[in-house]
Amino acid sequence: MLSTFWQVWIVVIVLGSIIGCGVLIQYTSRGQRKEETDQTTGHDYDGIQELDNPLPRWWVMMFWATIVFGVAYLGVYGLGNFNGLLTVEVDGEQVTWTSGNQWKAEVQAFEKTIEPLYAEYSATPVTELVNNEEALLSGQRLFKSNCSVCHGSNAKGAQGFPNLTDSDWLYGGSPEQIKHTLAMGRQGAMPAWGGVLGEEGTANMTQYVRSLSGLKHDADAAAAAAPQYQMLCMACHGAEGKGNQLVGAPNLTDDVWLYGGSTKQIEFTLKHGRNGKMPAHQEILGNNADAKIHLLTTYVYSLSNK
Amino acid sequence: MIKHDNIEKSLPLMVVMIVIALSWGGMVEIVPLFWHDDTTTPVEGLEPLSALELEGRDIYIREGCHVCHTQMVRPFRAETERYGPYSVSGESVYEHPFLWGSKRTGPDLARVGGRYSDEWHRAHMYNPRDVVPESVMPSYPWLFEDKVDGRLTPKKMEALRIVGVPYTDADIEGAKAAVDGKPEIEALVAYLQQLGTVITKR
Repeated sequence: MLSTFWQVWIVVIVLGSIIGCGVLIQYTSRGQRKEETDQTTGHDYDGIQELDNPLPRWWVMMFWATIVFGVAYLGVYGLGNFNGLLTVEVDGEQVTWTSGNQWKAEVQAFEKTIEPLYAEYSATPVTELVNNEEALLSGQRLFKSNCSVCHGSNAKGAQGFPNLTDSDWLYGGSPEQIKHTLAMGRQGAMPAWGGVLGEEGTANMTQYVRSLSGLKHDADAAAAAAPQYQMLCMACHGAEGKGNQLVGAPNLTDDVWLYGGSTKQIEFTLKHGRNGKMPAHQEILGNNADAKIHLLTTYVYSLSNK
Repeated sequence: MIKHDNIEKSLPLMVVMIVIALSWGGMVEIVPLFWHDDTTTPVEGLEPLSALELEGRDIYIREGCHVCHTQMVRPFRAETERYGPYSVSGESVYEHPFLWGSKRTGPDLARVGGRYSDEWHRAHMYNPRDVVPESVMPSYPWLFEDKVDGRLTPKKMEALRIVGVPYTDADIEGAKAAVDGKPEIEALVAYLQQLGTVITKR
């Protein structure tokens, strides 16, 4: 709401300007010739002269038309604390137009059309919904606007951002687990072992980790690190290095590497730890977040289960 | 007939008339907003930027991020679907100058805070193609080497306090120590991660 002073300020200037424009055109038209002649205004600039003709009729009419438009516009959209005559439908009622109300109307009108579809999708289990091409396309669209920035538009990920197409899961690939990951997010927590292992220990452990996936490694160094693995790493990655989806500890035996499987990358991971983060999307997805998560889950699930 | 000779031949008069003509609409559309509650009251929970975030903001301006990225989610369904709740003026009360922008080459950043991990931002700033192969954004590798110089930070905060940002004496006192010598990327990520996080509900 505007205070009385600003209310008066706005109304006076706006209406004054519109009326002023009308007065101006009237005033300047007075005393003008009615017809075109070859009389000049007397101005002469470098030999260029200005004819003293009346304003063209179409031009004057346009001028008046803008004044009429201005007044009509004020009637529709309002002036000062007068809110205008235009209304939009919010919560089933006609309310005054504001940009906020217009947005609400727009959103509600859309929700009305989409909700039956969302309800239908949500009632179908993910394992069944993967066969619905249209649902997958909707899921893909949601994926592209919300997930592709980290996981790539082809869902193949990037260094540090999981590939979602390879059937290899950090936190599990069942529909329930994917849903949980989407809605609540995940926080990776590989601690930094550089201080505990030391230079040589880190180098040896790197060889051991590579040996788990059957990569080229130094057997002696790997053997030297084996006891330490059972002491430090087993708790999360398991005795055989198969990982643990409950804590998001990756399987080290499948040659799938989130941060790269080179000696250099593994050494870095061991030394400094890794704290990959999947942000929670329940709130970010906004309206119908549950239905959107259901569709996204279906899409992500389909990438590994087709 | 009005003698337009008088205006056309006198530069000062012409300048004055032009200024009046150009500011006319602003008197109604802009001036009242300086006293309007909606535009002068901070939204609930709004805090001034911390020293590190403030330096991050200056890096954001220095690198010209605002030239390609807006910080203004408009009240259209398509925008609120993609970016989150539309921006309101109460969120920008402490912004001097505001960075709303008017052209998007990249996406809007008004609500980018918390959407991606810090790690993602770092990877993306170092080389956007590493995480988004289709990206046309430039790389900013020097942010990882250059350090924030905190000598001017307290002065910046004092200047902002004069125009109404409620920094306390303690904020300003600790500002230099809070930013000095930190990598610029840290400041920039801190700034990005708080963008638009005060309002979360559409």
